[in-house]
Amino acid sequence: MAETARTGPPDSSASNGPELLPARDVGVRQVVRTGLLAGLTIAFVASIGMLVAFEGRAVVSTLTLDYVILVAIPMGFGYLAAKPPPQFEGFAVARRGGRNLLAGAVAGVVTGGMLAVYLALVGNFNVREQMPNISPEMIGRLTFQQGLIKGWAFLMLGSVALSTLGAAFNLLDRTLRRALAYALSWLIVIGLLQVVVSTILNNLGFPLVDRLYNVAGSLTIPGAIGVFVVIFVAYVVPKPKREPIKQGYAELPAKKRRLVLVGIVLAILAILAAVPHLLSSDLAEDLNLAGIFLLMALGLNIVVGLAGLLDLGYVAFFAVGAYAAAVLMSPLSPKWAPGLIFWEALPFVLLAAAFAGLLVGTPVLRMRGDYLAIVTLGFGEIARLLVTSTWLTPYFGGALGIIRIPSVHVGPVEFLGANSQTFFYLIFGFAIVAAYASYALQDSRLGRAWMAIREDETVAEAMGVNIVTAKLWAFMIGAVIASVGGALFAVKTASIFPNSFDIIVSITVLAIVIVGGMGSVPGVVLAALALRGLPEILQEFQSFRFLIYGALLIFMMLRRPEGFIPSRRRARELRQDEVLQDAWVQAHREEPAEVGLEGS
Amino acid sequence: MAQTLRKTSRRTIRLTPVDAFLWLVRIAAVVAIVVGTFRTLTGRGLVTLSGAQWRDNVVSGLSLGAVYALIALGYTMVYGVLRFINFAHGEVFMSGTMIGFFVATALARTGLWAGNGIYLALLIVLLASMATSTFIAVLLERVAYRPLRGKTRLIPFITAIGASFFLQYAFAGLFGTSVHHYPDVAQLAGQVSIAGVPVLKTQAVVIVAALLMMAGLYLFVERTKTGKSIRAVAEDQETAQLMGINVDRTIVLVFAIGGAMAGIAAFLYTLVFGQAFFLIGFVPGIKAFTASVVGGIGNIGGAMVGGMLIGLIEAVSPNLILSGLGIPAAFQLTDVVVFLALVVILIFRPTGLLGERVAEDRT
Repeated sequence: MAETARTGPPDSSASNGPELLPARDVGVRQVVRTGLLAGLTIAFVASIGMLVAFEGRAVVSTLTLDYVILVAIPMGFGYLAAKPPPQFEGFAVARRGGRNLLAGAVAGVVTGGMLAVYLALVGNFNVREQMPNISPEMIGRLTFQQGLIKGWAFLMLGSVALSTLGAAFNLLDRTLRRALAYALSWLIVIGLLQVVVSTILNNLGFPLVDRLYNVAGSLTIPGAIGVFVVIFVAYVVPKPKREPIKQGYAELPAKKRRLVLVGIVLAILAILAAVPHLLSSDLAEDLNLAGIFLLMALGLNIVVGLAGLLDLGYVAFFAVGAYAAAVLMSPLSPKWAPGLIFWEALPFVLLAAAFAGLLVGTPVLRMRGDYLAIVTLGFGEIARLLVTSTWLTPYFGGALGIIRIPSVHVGPVEFLGANSQTFFYLIFGFAIVAAYASYALQDSRLGRAWMAIREDETVAEAMGVNIVTAKLWAFMIGAVIASVGGALFAVKTASIFPNSFDIIVSITVLAIVIVGGMGSVPGVVLAALALRGLPEILQEFQSFRFLIYGALLIFMMLRRPEGFIPSRRRARELRQDEVLQDAWVQAHREEPAEVGLEGS
Repeated sequence: MAQTLRKTSRRTIRLTPVDAFLWLVRIAAVVAIVVGTFRTLTGRGLVTLSGAQWRDNVVSGLSLGAVYALIALGYTMVYGVLRFINFAHGEVFMSGTMIGFFVATALARTGLWAGNGIYLALLIVLLASMATSTFIAVLLERVAYRPLRGKTRLIPFITAIGASFFLQYAFAGLFGTSVHHYPDVAQLAGQVSIAGVPVLKTQAVVIVAALLMMAGLYLFVERTKTGKSIRAVAEDQETAQLMGINVDRTIVLVFAIGGAMAGIAAFLYTLVFGQAFFLIGFVPGIKAFTASVVGGIGNIGGAMVGGMLIGLIEAVSPNLILSGLGIPAAFQLTDVVVFLALVVILIFRPTGLLGERVAEDRT
């Protein structure tokens, strides 16, 4: 293994033991390319105004988010530049050492060179008129207010040092490396989420909040060290094995198992029920928004995740729900104002949505996945254009929307949209129903029919699945869940306008489903919080939200198509080729490596 | 025997509710078109236009259609080769308009924009647009699509959606979210008369340029050796590879051609509308896709026909059909008509006018 040479002519690898090819090592091309990418990334981040936008957010002490990013990019790319390429069967294990550090340093030099070009361009040509974010302010931030030449020298030194530091991560043992990476990322996250963390800790009566964060809202240095050490230790300390617990659970009699499950669910519910009281009303407001998107994502999760129908016009059902609720409930509905209360209106809202689902679903029944996506996208736009149009203004109020939508009453309790701490429970209740429906449907006959259609429509049909009804059910159920989200949105904001029902909503919901993991309910919950809740808390991310969604969609499809928290079945399907490949490698392990024919 | 056969065959003609619904859609579409057109032409619609106004509508529809046709080429060629809808192609077009705007405003400050130098300036803008769009298209292929070749169809498609939004907001970040105005081109103001029909100069340039590009591309694909290799890869990738064709390079070439055409479309579009905007690619992208489906996706001639048809539908149908049906301010619903046209065409004739049946699953 280690005694085999990693470079040099193939004959030098001849040693005792099985003959192996020399390890594939870090190549010059990889290093230069990664260095260039790092430089381009910094230039891009600077040119779209991220640095200036993030300068107000201190993370640790006076270290602001823009400099965190400036540090993270060369470090991350330095790590990648020095990372040995994947080794195949029949190759020796790559040795890690000074060569990796050198690779990192060279990548850093390339990055610095790239930045020299960038600074020379933006420093000497005034393009402010066309590119508003390439401002003197940004150049000042990038050059540490030291002028172009001196600032660039700092950047060069910094990028070489940081890139080498990043490369050094390759030399660490895997556990240590991961622990460091986790601790550093959590440190940044906790620094960023100061508002949330300190509000919760304060409401819990935790005494150390003032020690953890300073007045400016960033972590204090002792606080940061504390957080880092705690997470680092928590990662390094061996965790109790999950398997025995799982096995024990599986061995319980069915009745007890159910009891345990109910207990866990109740505990989670109890914790969630306490959540709004631990948050300020501002944070609860953000949670409400995330909750409405969660509801929609749970619906789309059924349509996309289970049935495999890529519906890009999902916002149409959201709009149907919102407008149906508004027309039925508001006393100021332009044409026809029955003035129903929420619970009277709800059945009609659901019916309208189911009908809309049928209307959209029927024409696309026989279309292939990507055509279906574009046609549904068209339906989403049609919905928005129709409610905006002069033609339907007498019914839906056009650009003026519908206002004064009354609040919801449950018995004596009033759920007023403006009171986000109580309104949370309403959204929360519906979300639980939707989550339960997802789980129930997954294991039902219909759910299995959906999954069969998702995998192969023709085969599913041959096996006796009624494709027409199954697909229409998927559209209708998805539509109904989205319409509940719409109705809640209408009640919450008490007035609705057509520009809330943009295609962007569909894409946001899609990103939530994809990032969370298609078909996975816990994944969708976390993704809804992260993708829709976080940008509300970290306002400076708002304008980069869609950029990040787009990048995430690409990244997920390239690297983790099953999502961050995959449903087990879906992961198995998507990774099937890899599983097969592993099996192949396992089966051929004993035989001499045939790959090495050329070298031996 | 024969009798039972006939019996069963009669039973299979049974109309399912879904088919009934689709027939209803077909009939409704035809009735709406006929009634609307009839009422407008007999002067009972909300809008009455003179013959000259209709003619202007048609001309502007054709020039818009020429732009759609050029964008549609990108969809149709990529589809022909990879059976994949490049959802981000609208953004390839958008990138051309944005960089074109950037170069044009820079040149407008120099003396080149005045006098006869403007033709050189416009050529530079055109080349910049083309280079950008080509670069973005090839970059997309390399970064986002190539690693996913051979995966389930929806995976590269979702990647394309992500790429589309990433590009939109990357350009929004770079150039700001406002609508940018192109510097005026004095030489292209005013009208010329073609066969007795007065046409805006810009529109004439657009239509002529688009026709030339189409013809050139058609000859390239049909007559040259490279074109033959593109057709071979479209027919059967594996066999083409066995015949010694570099499939990867051919696919890159197809993306590059699609991108270059989108770059030309971007240049022409900004000549007519004088605007650049980070969302400018989205709706034209969908319309161009519709155009390629209408003409028969995978078919170069079809893109031309489909593009012109969609341009005409867009320019004429709000006044002709919607106003005839008594819908006020029908221009607001232009996009609705185009999207509905896509649905109706996919129901009526998924093969498009000139192409083969590809909208339904064959694999």
